[in-house]
Amino acid sequence: MTGRTAGWTKALIWAWTLAIVVFIYLPSFCALLASIGASRYFAFPIAKFGLNWYEKTFASLEIHRLLWTSATIALIVMCVSVAIGFFGALAFARFNWKGRSLYQKLVLLPIFFPQSVLGLALLLWFNTLGLELSWRTAVFAHLVWIVPVVTLVISIQVYSFDPALEEAAFDLGASRWQVLKEVTLPVLWPGLFSGALFAFLLSWGNFPLSLFTTGADQTVPEFLYAKMAAGYTPMVPVLGTVSTVGAAVILLGGYAIVLIARKARSAHA
Amino acid sequence: MTSVTTTPELAERAGGRAPRLGRVVWAPGRRHALPVLALLLVGFAAPLLAVIWFSFLPPRSFDLWQGLSLENYREIVSQTYYRSFLWSVGLAVVATATLAVICYPVAYGLAKLFGRWANLVTLLLVLPLFVSENMRLYGWVLFFIKGGVLQGTLESLFGVSLGTWLFTPEMIVFGMVYVYLPFMLFPMTLGVSMVPREVTEAAGDLGASRLQTFREVELPLAMPGIVIGCLLTFVLSVGAISEAKVLGGQSVIVITHDIEIAFTYAQNWPLGAALSVLLMLLVGGLVLAVLRRFDLDRILGRR
Repeated sequence: MTGRTAGWTKALIWAWTLAIVVFIYLPSFCALLASIGASRYFAFPIAKFGLNWYEKTFASLEIHRLLWTSATIALIVMCVSVAIGFFGALAFARFNWKGRSLYQKLVLLPIFFPQSVLGLALLLWFNTLGLELSWRTAVFAHLVWIVPVVTLVISIQVYSFDPALEEAAFDLGASRWQVLKEVTLPVLWPGLFSGALFAFLLSWGNFPLSLFTTGADQTVPEFLYAKMAAGYTPMVPVLGTVSTVGAAVILLGGYAIVLIARKARSAHA
Repeated sequence: MTSVTTTPELAERAGGRAPRLGRVVWAPGRRHALPVLALLLVGFAAPLLAVIWFSFLPPRSFDLWQGLSLENYREIVSQTYYRSFLWSVGLAVVATATLAVICYPVAYGLAKLFGRWANLVTLLLVLPLFVSENMRLYGWVLFFIKGGVLQGTLESLFGVSLGTWLFTPEMIVFGMVYVYLPFMLFPMTLGVSMVPREVTEAAGDLGASRLQTFREVELPLAMPGIVIGCLLTFVLSVGAISEAKVLGGQSVIVITHDIEIAFTYAQNWPLGAALSVLLMLLVGGLVLAVLRRFDLDRILGRR
């Protein structure tokens, strides 16, 4: 039962929510439509369907390089940000220390900061240091924004973590490393896992930071943007559709893994 | 304090394991915070300082070591940059207000009504966050453009033809509402879920109308989440760069666009830096003013 909310209010809220979901997916649907047209230019209703633009896109060496650059950046960002974010989250939510409340706000600051300005600031900074821009500098730029996000995501898990578990393990004579491996990591892993997912996907889709920090290298969102500005090619909707579907598969797959693991654990217990 | 955080006692004991000498610096919390803080120092604080420094260099210079001047700020004041600022802030305010209204019913549903469906709905609404925003905006271009999905449908079904709605300020707001919806929705949901059901029921039992309950009970209790959501959407919209370009077709010049121009075509980095500093002051001041009032432990940890 849902308390006092009347039936029709509930129906209205459901209808509104479904409308929002449709609204959210409408442009992806349009991109999908545009990607399966056979002609060079988009016109609706589509006269002739065909997958020829998918073939062309995946045969293109330029696209291969883009995907490779984006994937490299996203993978490195994922590994580094989970490692840093793990410790950051313990400091955020687990330990009580002087300066914690200030630290929490500092961690949030980059998240609440306009990314385009952050990208430019990093560009200036790299230039000041005399660093040459490439995908490596983009990795660093992504980290500045994604590490705080990951820290926050893991922190939410850490809040529900009972420090007494660690204490007990220490009292039973476990070493610091053993406690980390046998107690802390297993309890926190759903948080680490979702942190990793967030890191990968946010880096993969990031545009404003990449725009200013990749130099001569190009990521998928940058390529899409350049093509949008310079003139239409059906490769844009093709790549857009592929990345939407890819993100969906990764996210739903990850969600399924978490659900299965949770079920297995509760069956175990 | 909630029970999930360590008591000072426990922290003390954990700290006791470290050598006494390094105890102040190496208290466990501080030690674990170190990597993040180092990253923020090198990747966030330092670049911002670089921007501030650059903003005081003479116009069009790239060399760091020169006499400082206020020339860039003088130019900003004498030119019409205030218009871009007003547009940016105005568009962001409208987008934020629209989102607050649009998202509240959904947040309420997610927090109170949907039960086990809430996870699925959340997942569906999170997913687009991971597709780059310019791609999603481009989907709308395909929808609204001449010969696009909307017009094509209308024409073939009803024989009506409309002019395009693209490339207007309204369209920029539309794009912001679309892209930043999750940033409003999820903090708001967190806020609404902090309202205990018993309290709203009690209000009803005491004879409050639905509207009264909403205004005097639900809204104030859900306020932290709502404020965080508004703050996030406002900040992101003020700093947005794709919406005005992809959907707005540069019908309006927003401040981020001015900044980008200064850095790219105009090759006037100090001017761009000065504009960035003003934007940072605006955003940073707002964020700090709002965040100061919040106890993050309570918002994030209370579940």
